[in-house]
Amino acid sequence: MTAHAEQTTPLAVQATPPTRQAAPGTVTNRVGFVLGLADDALVAAQRLAQWCTHGPEMEEDIALSNIALDQLGAARLLLTYAGEMEGAGRDEDALAYQRDDREFRNCLLVELPNGDFAVTMAKLLFLAAYQVPLYTALAGCGDERLAAIGAKARKESAYHLDHASLWVRRLGDGTDESHRRMQAAVDEVWPYTHELLAPDPTAPVDPATLRVDFDSAVSGVLAEATLTVPETSWTPDGGRNGVHTEHLSYLLAELQVLHRAHPGASW
Amino acid sequence: MSTHSEPTGQSGGAPPAPLWEVFVRARRGLAHTHVGSLHAADAELALRNARDLYTRRQEGVSIWVLPTAAITASSPDEKDAFFDPAADKVYRHPTFYEVPEGAAHL
Repeated sequence: MTAHAEQTTPLAVQATPPTRQAAPGTVTNRVGFVLGLADDALVAAQRLAQWCTHGPEMEEDIALSNIALDQLGAARLLLTYAGEMEGAGRDEDALAYQRDDREFRNCLLVELPNGDFAVTMAKLLFLAAYQVPLYTALAGCGDERLAAIGAKARKESAYHLDHASLWVRRLGDGTDESHRRMQAAVDEVWPYTHELLAPDPTAPVDPATLRVDFDSAVSGVLAEATLTVPETSWTPDGGRNGVHTEHLSYLLAELQVLHRAHPGASW
Repeated sequence: MSTHSEPTGQSGGAPPAPLWEVFVRARRGLAHTHVGSLHAADAELALRNARDLYTRRQEGVSIWVLPTAAITASSPDEKDAFFDPAADKVYRHPTFYEVPEGAAHL
């Protein structure tokens, strides 16, 4: 996993500075924000689904699949809404299956490979610690559709946070080997959390305002797990502007291959 | 009497986590009903696993889990001694009095 982090460094570092295409508060801007949340959920769902039949035990296999389906459910609602706001006639399928990686707005965290179980749990912990306050804030925002989606998704995310916390505590405060691997996972994934909370004052919910909730959720779990946050100034980003790690294209290839081979195919 | 023994489970690798029995209450007012069992390292994980395995389709509002090892069960060998004597004692059934008209829920 260290190797992959090194591989991704150049790409992320070379990411060109964001050039906002829309003025603050415009519809385009809001579409981009919703698309970002939708893609977070969609890519996270696809990654978690890759654990199916590979879980450390059958029960965990089903737990991860459940969480993947929760994320997929949120992704569908958000993609549909983004498509409607965009007004270009793209539905959830068009957005999920017919965009290339540069058009995806998800954060880098969710596209990172699953790694071992510890890496997956570290990723889920940070994602859920971000999604819970995010969806909670959305539930109280002025946009009715987003508020409804937030109200539904925050309960699911609260469970994801609970599930990830449970495992991070057990692995971190478990055996020497489990502690070593859990700490390595946190070290590897932590830099990618920076992007989640990057300020965006024009968004319906400015991610920077979620910092307090994120920190309190994460620091409590890590302290209990006897884990520490790495000191690093490396803060990879670019996902929100479509500049991704090389891992996303492979993930999308698998996600989109059927639809691209058989457009409009359905069960 | 015999205590439930754990199945040896998977072949090779780490031994499976302890077995737990799951009870789900479908809704308020009903009793918790046994729905199945699962493996989990501890009670907290067992409860989460039970939630994921047995209440995915709104089957319940409350879950109990308890270690299978804590259950003391009757043995099939004792079936005769345990249960057959009740077969010819019809007077134990409440069938020897008339139910008053209109008495509900008896």
